[in-house]
Amino acid sequence: MSLAELPQQIVNGLVVGSLYGLIALGYTMVYGIVRLINFAQGALYEVGAYLGVVIFSVLADAGLRNPVLGLVVAIVVASALTGALALVVERVAYRPLRHAPPLAPLVTSLATFFLLMSIVQVVTGAQPLNYPQVLAVTPWTLGPITLAPTAALIAVVAIVLMVAMHLFVQRTRTGKAMRAIAVNRDAAALMGINTTRVVALTFALGGAMAAAGGVLFGVNYGTVTYNMGEFGGLVAFTAAVLGGIGNVPGALVGGLTVGVLSSFATMVLPNQWQEAVVFGILIVVLAFRPQGILGERVAERA
Amino acid sequence: MSLLEVRDLTVRYGAVQAVNGVSLEVEAGECVTVLGANGAGKTSTLKALAGLMRPAAGEVLFDGRAVTGHPAHRLARMGVTLVPEGRQVFGPLTIRENLELGGFVQTADHTRRTLEQVLGVFPQLAPRLDSLAGNLSGGEQQMLAVGRALMSQPRLLMLDEPSLGLAPLVTGRIFEVVSEIAASGIAVLLVEQNVHRALQIAQRGYVLELGRVVLQGSSTALLADDHVRLAYLGHGMGEGE
Ligand SMILES: Nc1ncnc2c1ncn2[C@@H]1O[C@H](COP(=O)(O)OP(=O)(O)OP(=O)(O)O)[C@@H](O)[C@H]1O
Ligand SMILES: [Mg+2]
Repeated sequence: MSLAELPQQIVNGLVVGSLYGLIALGYTMVYGIVRLINFAQGALYEVGAYLGVVIFSVLADAGLRNPVLGLVVAIVVASALTGALALVVERVAYRPLRHAPPLAPLVTSLATFFLLMSIVQVVTGAQPLNYPQVLAVTPWTLGPITLAPTAALIAVVAIVLMVAMHLFVQRTRTGKAMRAIAVNRDAAALMGINTTRVVALTFALGGAMAAAGGVLFGVNYGTVTYNMGEFGGLVAFTAAVLGGIGNVPGALVGGLTVGVLSSFATMVLPNQWQEAVVFGILIVVLAFRPQGILGERVAERA
Repeated sequence: MSLLEVRDLTVRYGAVQAVNGVSLEVEAGECVTVLGANGAGKTSTLKALAGLMRPAAGEVLFDGRAVTGHPAHRLARMGVTLVPEGRQVFGPLTIRENLELGGFVQTADHTRRTLEQVLGVFPQLAPRLDSLAGNLSGGEQQMLAVGRALMSQPRLLMLDEPSLGLAPLVTGRIFEVVSEIAASGIAVLLVEQNVHRALQIAQRGYVLELGRVVLQGSSTALLADDHVRLAYLGHGMGEGE
């Protein structure tokens, strides 16, 4: 390990951390509004990443060669489709259990995670798939730091999406309805808010953000694998908890923090230890600051 | 035809039958009170009428239309509003946001105008619009809860024990506002432990016991009724509890 690597590792950590933050948004928004940890989120991220491959190849077949336009289309379409899939998940795995003990939807969300992961595995034959080269490879160099244009791009897109989501929740009428439901669902219904619909929308937005994260991951790292949702889901969950689950800006803070910490870890430990490091962070946070960095809310009761 | 017509309403929590065939009516512009001891089924009745619980049996008509089992948000859009037991303001949201949410069923333009009116009724909320509702005192929260309900410009306003746990002075102000609301032509269905005050405001009342209506009549008749005097006014008179 050399300290000279440190700035580069911080940059790497921030880039990947912004992605984790994007996925964490889904955990945190769903938890904030219905107190459910929707473990399907990791699988939605993976589904989004694979949909991105499909969309890019359809675009290539259709003769669309403009990489930036292709990226925009891939993100929008993958997000829309995955958002729709999240609506289905909400409808079949969460809504029927609304009045059940909180452990029940937690279990079905885990089951949904494994179900979706298995489907991807079977459909793709567990083969890793490659993303096309979207932007020039020549990295920018700034002193000790090199930064690939795609890496900069994903960080910017991820952060823009997170800020947009924050503004949506804070400023819009629907966002206000979400916050009202988070406080008191019955009282929100008395205001004339169709709480069932707003909750479903929250799942869809979470799924859409995860898919955007999946596509950005593919574009930056070039390859997507049938089990990427496991690690991605775990890290994003850790990020959500670390930032304060239920707290939207916390998702970004948690994502960046986990990104940088696990990036540091790769300086001293072999790569295989990454998952252990992330689990370690999760355990330490739950033990010493379960409300996370920004959150005041208590952790899940179940 | 009454604005609200309830026939044989039954509400259950699993095996517990909380409301057992209640029938009642509220005319447009009328103020009606529902009285009863703890556990009589008052809150359950209001929850069913507001759409927070699905009635196990019975029929509810609002403005002549069958609305039995309609969810709360649909009833809110039709003009049925409940100020729930225990106020239930949105504590982590600002007073302004609470009031805006009250006007959720209205257009933004409408909400701006109604906001002025509501602040006219509760001027103490005006300077604190941007502070959190959770920081208000109990009395102020009750005013906010009533103001929030008024923001939707309801045709029927139901209130579940608005004076519960409030200081006598605040209670007085709340009752004043409720009678002003009733006088303005909004139909009011008021559940209260403070039987004396409730019967002063309301034109008519129903007495619930164990989920059934055991007595009904004009407020004057109920105030003079021996059973009411003995069971409810003996300790309800004067103090707000
Ligand atoms: N969530 C619930 N689950 C089970 N039983 C309930 C529930 N809520 C109320 N009950 C029961 O239903 C009955 C009526 O309760 P309700 O709250 O409607 O009475 P109330 O007249 O509003 O009483 P209070 O004056 O105490 O507010 C009571 O026997 C109560 O124990
Ligand atoms: Mg009650």
